[in-house]
Amino acid sequence: MTNAVSTATQPGRSVTSEMVGRLPEYLMIWVPLLLSAAHLISFSIWTIWISFTPSTLVPVPGWVGLRNYTSVIASRNWQIAFDNLLLFGIAFVLLSLMTGLLLAILLDQRIRGENVLRTIFLYPLAVSFVVTGTVWSWLLNPGIGIEKLVHDLGWTSFHFDWLVNRDMAIWTIVIAAVWQSSGFAMALFLAGLRSVDADIIKAAQIDGAGPMRTYLRVILPTLWPITITVVVVQLQFAISAFDLVRALTNGGPGIATQLPALVVYDLMFQRSQLGRGAAAAVLMLLILLAVLLPYAAWRYVQRRQATHA
Amino acid sequence: MRDRSFAPSRILIYLIVSLFAAAYLAPLVVVVLNSLRTNEEIAQGSMIGWPQHLAWRNYAAAWSGFCVAETCAGIRPYMLNSALITIPATVISTLLGAVAGYAVSLWRFRGDNWIYGIVTLGLFLPQQMRLLPWTIVLRDIGLINTLTGLVLIHTIQGLSFTVLFCRNYYVAIPHELIRAARIDGAGFFRIFWRIILPLSSPILIVTVIWQFTHIWNEFLYGVTFTTGQQQPVTAALIALSAAVADIPQHGVQSAAVIIAALPTLLIYFFGGRYFVRGLTAGAVK
Repeated sequence: MTNAVSTATQPGRSVTSEMVGRLPEYLMIWVPLLLSAAHLISFSIWTIWISFTPSTLVPVPGWVGLRNYTSVIASRNWQIAFDNLLLFGIAFVLLSLMTGLLLAILLDQRIRGENVLRTIFLYPLAVSFVVTGTVWSWLLNPGIGIEKLVHDLGWTSFHFDWLVNRDMAIWTIVIAAVWQSSGFAMALFLAGLRSVDADIIKAAQIDGAGPMRTYLRVILPTLWPITITVVVVQLQFAISAFDLVRALTNGGPGIATQLPALVVYDLMFQRSQLGRGAAAAVLMLLILLAVLLPYAAWRYVQRRQATHA
Repeated sequence: MRDRSFAPSRILIYLIVSLFAAAYLAPLVVVVLNSLRTNEEIAQGSMIGWPQHLAWRNYAAAWSGFCVAETCAGIRPYMLNSALITIPATVISTLLGAVAGYAVSLWRFRGDNWIYGIVTLGLFLPQQMRLLPWTIVLRDIGLINTLTGLVLIHTIQGLSFTVLFCRNYYVAIPHELIRAARIDGAGFFRIFWRIILPLSSPILIVTVIWQFTHIWNEFLYGVTFTTGQQQPVTAALIALSAAVADIPQHGVQSAAVIIAALPTLLIYFFGGRYFVRGLTAGAVK
């Protein structure tokens, strides 16, 4: 670590005493960075290792190959969780993108009270998923929520029982998640719309393009990079979604709203099957990599193009 | 397209944003109203309704009265836990992140890009990959089921964010400034204290707000590594809903939800633009 910090050696001091003098700065630089890097790497490797061992209640050495993986993938719990993740992930990302884009376009029309509206659309992001989930579980509960309200108002045949309906319950998670995080898409899209070069807009208008045409042909296409970023961030959230589901449905009714993160927790801490829990966690990581690696490749190509241009 | 006239299209725009605004505000309004209604009142109707007389005692009960599991101290102890976890973890991770971010951006050393790359991996790796190792580490060093344990976890994990934020901010500082100070004989810490830190308040505010909100709202680590009296408020809220499932106490529960969400909501309302900056900085890496 002698050449870790490349400062000019001051004359008249020996190398050793200089190193002792620099000790505090080495510690301040390296200890936090190495702790952070080391824990990420070693913890991940350790979890991957455990996923190949027969560990149940406590970690034990041994090698069972892919047995934990095959048994997790074959379990009904995981299959439902995986199907739910696909549906939830796609529906949530599409709906929050559409809502976010619509809100950003509307706010971009120089309307009055833009600041207030932006504050309103973004505040759910500051609130924890536990709070969001709890509140939506009340609103969507047919016994005390929206259905009950409409019944009390006199429309007794009104039906809205998604929360307790096996086939529809996953949609309640979509609703709450979109409510929570579409403001994020809006914030990024709005920043994108505001950064479009005014000259390009003017040029399009001089060429005779109407407002609609300018929007569709000139302004919206510039939002592609932002859209991809939003999709990746939202998918990342969807894949690791835990708190929201725990507070809203706790995976129920039955296991109808199970998601991978809940399966991991269940295997690790409720059924004490560490090997399988670790395997499920690694599967989560693989799903995430399926999203992140293409994104990283795309970012890399973009950067190279930017530096060559 | 951006005229201020009141054409029908503009009325339509206002109509649509108002509807959306109502939908976004509705859950908050419902909880605030419910926190002021008695449990009986809610039980007779629905969760959605106007309070007949303001039941302020819901707040007193939520704060220090009602029971979670066997203890009847309201959510006050859990709020205190969350504060005792969030404040130190936020402060320490921000300070360490500032020093480390400064080192990797302005004080190049061998392997700095590698280390920085690995640290930012923490933004992407799912928490679930680190649950078991943390359990074992906390048990081995005797910090399982303690607030200190959670402070440690949030500090180390938080570095991924704080180093990223600070590093991205510090790379924009002109290197000539540092070079000139070095020629004058200033060392690593002197430059940090005298030059870097005074320039840092914009990014430190963003980092503190981001870390505070993140750690306060965190649930998975809280529920995994602590039980009972040691839990943060997010975990206590879940325990509370399970505990009162038999005898609904929605008025008190609503008050508890408001109290638990208040710190981050206040931060958002007073530091909104810094919050958004953290959001976009965390997203556009």
